[in-house]
Amino acid sequence: MITKNLFAGIFPALLSIFLTFPEKSYAMHIMEGYLSPAWSIFWIVLSVPFIIYGFFALRKKISENAKFFILLAMCGAFAFVLSSLKIPSVTGSCSHPTGVGLGAVLFGPTSMAVIGFIILLFQSLLLAHGGLTTIGANVFSMAVVGPFAAYGVFKGALKAGISSSIAVFLAAFAGDILTYVATSIQLALAYPDAVGGFITSLWKFMGIFALTQIPLAVSEGLLSVIVYNVLLKYSHKELTLLKAV
Amino acid sequence: MALWKKNLILSIIVTALAVLPLVVLKNAEFAGADGLAETAITEINPDYKPWFSSIYEPASGEIESLLFAVQAAVGAGVVGFVLGRITAKKGE
Repeated sequence: MITKNLFAGIFPALLSIFLTFPEKSYAMHIMEGYLSPAWSIFWIVLSVPFIIYGFFALRKKISENAKFFILLAMCGAFAFVLSSLKIPSVTGSCSHPTGVGLGAVLFGPTSMAVIGFIILLFQSLLLAHGGLTTIGANVFSMAVVGPFAAYGVFKGALKAGISSSIAVFLAAFAGDILTYVATSIQLALAYPDAVGGFITSLWKFMGIFALTQIPLAVSEGLLSVIVYNVLLKYSHKELTLLKAV
Repeated sequence: MALWKKNLILSIIVTALAVLPLVVLKNAEFAGADGLAETAITEINPDYKPWFSSIYEPASGEIESLLFAVQAAVGAGVVGFVLGRITAKKGE
């Protein structure tokens, strides 16, 4: 049933992308040095409260149940894997998923602010991917906007009576896409077009970042469901305690 | 449907999604293209100069892909370990 629905949805969507946007593009975090000091500081100031709050929220949650820690480690590792995989996309370039949706569904959105921050720090220090000056902006898009979107979509979908596996798919998909929408907004704010201003720049960056991301967001959604299905069968008790069913 | 069947089908779709662009778009470069991002920004603001550069950059593409592979391997190891533990307990 799930797969039937997916086939019905994915392939028309993919086809339309092929037909409309054959041009090359790219989709990554904001590069080191590409936000002015003022914007760098602005996003860092905005992100720090989420990381601090998330840290204490996480500590509290882990102390509730010994099994939560091992699940959290897995969610972190899951995001670690997904954010390292640069996958080819229909726009003719590569990008990577974020992997934070699953953890947000299980442990709440602010928990993933901590995990996302650790991943982004690792990538900016060792891989020259993203950057230290842009880490605030990247944390805000990948570890705040993405997880909150995923969490909101998951809870909304459950309320609407959608099965939890499909809710996880929708959540991870939305978290992934909105991360890159947020990145586009951040870049458009920092680089408004000389003529058309913010909106023109936004469309430009959205075309670049968000479109490449659509098939990857589908992949991320499916991979999250694969792990979630296993948890649903073998860790049902913990999922219930985490209110993630 | 059995869990493994469901997950196998989902895995195949994920693989297909990654392979499809490679098959269909034969002429695409598939660049990770962090460098191309500079172009778009320069188009909008020709005067912009990055004011800070990475503290450490991998010496070559090979080293960079090594580090990415290490990141993926560590993550996959932990995911596999935890899923192995969770599923094993049920069977005992």
